[in-house]
Amino acid sequence: MSDKPAKRKRRSGSRLSILVMIAYLAFLLVPIYWLVIMSFKSNAEILGMFTLFPENFTLDNYRTIFGDPSWYMGYVNSFIYVSLNTVISLLVALPAAYAFSRFRFFGDNHLFFWLLTNRMAPPAVFALPFFQLYSSVSLFDTHIAVALAHCLFNVPLAVWILEGFMRGVPREIDETAFIDGYGFTRFFTRIFIPMIAPGIGVTAFFCFMFSWVELLLSRTLTSVEAKPITAIMTRTVSASGLDWGVLAAAGVLTIIPGAIVIYFVRNHIAKGFALGRV
Amino acid sequence: MSLRLEGVSKIVNGETHIHPADIVLEKGSMNVLLGPTSAGKTSLMRLMAGLDKPDTGRIFWEDQDVTGKRVQDRDIAMVYQQFVNYPSMTVYDNIASPLKLRKKSAAEIDARVREMAELLKLTSILGSKPAEISGGQQQRCAMARALAKDVGLVLMDEPLANLDYKLREELRVEIPRLFKASGSIFVYATTEPEEALLLGGNTATLWEGRITQFGPAMDVYRGPVDATTARVYSDPPMNFVSVQKDAAGIRFPDGQLIPATGETGNIPDGTYRAGFRAHNLEIGTLQPGAVSFAAKLIVTELTGSDTFLHVSVAGERWIGLIPGLQDFRAGQELPIGLNPESLFYFDEQDQLVAAPDQPVDMERV
Repeated sequence: MSDKPAKRKRRSGSRLSILVMIAYLAFLLVPIYWLVIMSFKSNAEILGMFTLFPENFTLDNYRTIFGDPSWYMGYVNSFIYVSLNTVISLLVALPAAYAFSRFRFFGDNHLFFWLLTNRMAPPAVFALPFFQLYSSVSLFDTHIAVALAHCLFNVPLAVWILEGFMRGVPREIDETAFIDGYGFTRFFTRIFIPMIAPGIGVTAFFCFMFSWVELLLSRTLTSVEAKPITAIMTRTVSASGLDWGVLAAAGVLTIIPGAIVIYFVRNHIAKGFALGRV
Repeated sequence: MSLRLEGVSKIVNGETHIHPADIVLEKGSMNVLLGPTSAGKTSLMRLMAGLDKPDTGRIFWEDQDVTGKRVQDRDIAMVYQQFVNYPSMTVYDNIASPLKLRKKSAAEIDARVREMAELLKLTSILGSKPAEISGGQQQRCAMARALAKDVGLVLMDEPLANLDYKLREELRVEIPRLFKASGSIFVYATTEPEEALLLGGNTATLWEGRITQFGPAMDVYRGPVDATTARVYSDPPMNFVSVQKDAAGIRFPDGQLIPATGETGNIPDGTYRAGFRAHNLEIGTLQPGAVSFAAKLIVTELTGSDTFLHVSVAGERWIGLIPGLQDFRAGQELPIGLNPESLFYFDEQDQLVAAPDQPVDMERV
């Protein structure tokens, strides 16, 4: 009897919160929705009328992208340097983060903080030196050039996230393994890496994401051979004006990889945002 | 097989964690490191294991200098207070992992794993991951892994401290059994005198980074060389009262006089500290010859079947252990008594000068 009013209150409260949630979701999803329906419309429909659904549903925009190398190679290029960058960042950050989490050495705290401050400079600052440097060592317009440039902000981030996860692993595990007879490499690959696998997944996601969305450096350091999709999208103004439909389709295709990657690390993503320190 | 430490010390950030220590652990012996938290038990053990390098001194294993040797190449195993297992492996693989690294044959490994599982009652959970089993089972698994290797030196750093009371009791009685089955040198760190006595063997008492005494458990318990050792080897800590020895006998602060008999007859006149363990404090009807005091009760603590009395007597604070559950009020006056034959006497340098010669009642520690 006595708890009935409270229950009713809770129910009406939850109804309100559901409404708020729906409104918020709608607000967030409107631009994505608009992008998706635009990609299925013709240019005439996009410019000529206001429609909530594509009147004449068409896949022409996607056909254009998948049929034209100057379009789809943008994805391939982006994918190549993003993957390269993710692999390099992880390979560099794993031992570095282990050192930071396990050993005390001269200046370790300062170095650790300094790593993070690298993220505070806008990439534009680094565009000029990278451009000049890579041109002079003929790395300009290669995938590895962009991958290396992105390490500038991804390696510190990876070190920070991984260090947080590694700190959560008790040092006694390392010692037990050494006592059991594991050498360092074997311990690191067989025991330690599986223990921080979620952390590695989250780190890979962040590296992938930041490298995938970065525009300025990747555009500056490439011209034809390694031109990323984000650069292609921002240059698609033809003689006949903007090709809205194709651009929208390209946008949809750009979102998909991120959505796929985030699906795999969804359970650990919050810890990653807290740089592993939860 | 023996482990010998010669003048081994450890200094961390200018703070001495272990003062130069000399100790010899003999083949197949059980050695208990007994001391309160931060007395240096873990530090000493890590030096023995080779996980830390001593700042001075040498460590010998079977008369070979192993001071700088990598832990991988040492003949040791260690069990921590925390339950340390490899989370990505099953219990079976955890136990098998050190054996695999020693390049044993598959059949040999399997036989050994099953033998250890049998010994530690893990057979039914060999396929589980450490996260899926209870704390007690996790620690059993860690012990099984440590013992599976059949090493010369097994180090156990408060292995039962993180377990609840029931499990602790249960595992505690198994350790002597495991020790006998292994034939290794065991080093076992604990904060509890009771555990040291139960495990037997040798006891090394530690206090502020020093080994105050090392010898057979009963010898150390009955004849602590100094007041510090006596305090460490009593739970609750030993009670003290200042006494005066003169021609007439031994005089207590309130003027009571008891005859100086036995060993106490031979000590020179002067001021001494008399110490006694909590269970030697008596209430109610006192035995003839007992020293009696008027004590003021500060607080009582009930344990399962006994009562701890915290009392204040002539400015000293004593703790007594009384059988049964007693209902006293804080602040009330209590007549208490002491059997003079249970008293240890320490001189002004805290060195033992006389110990009770009667066998000590071993039921309570």
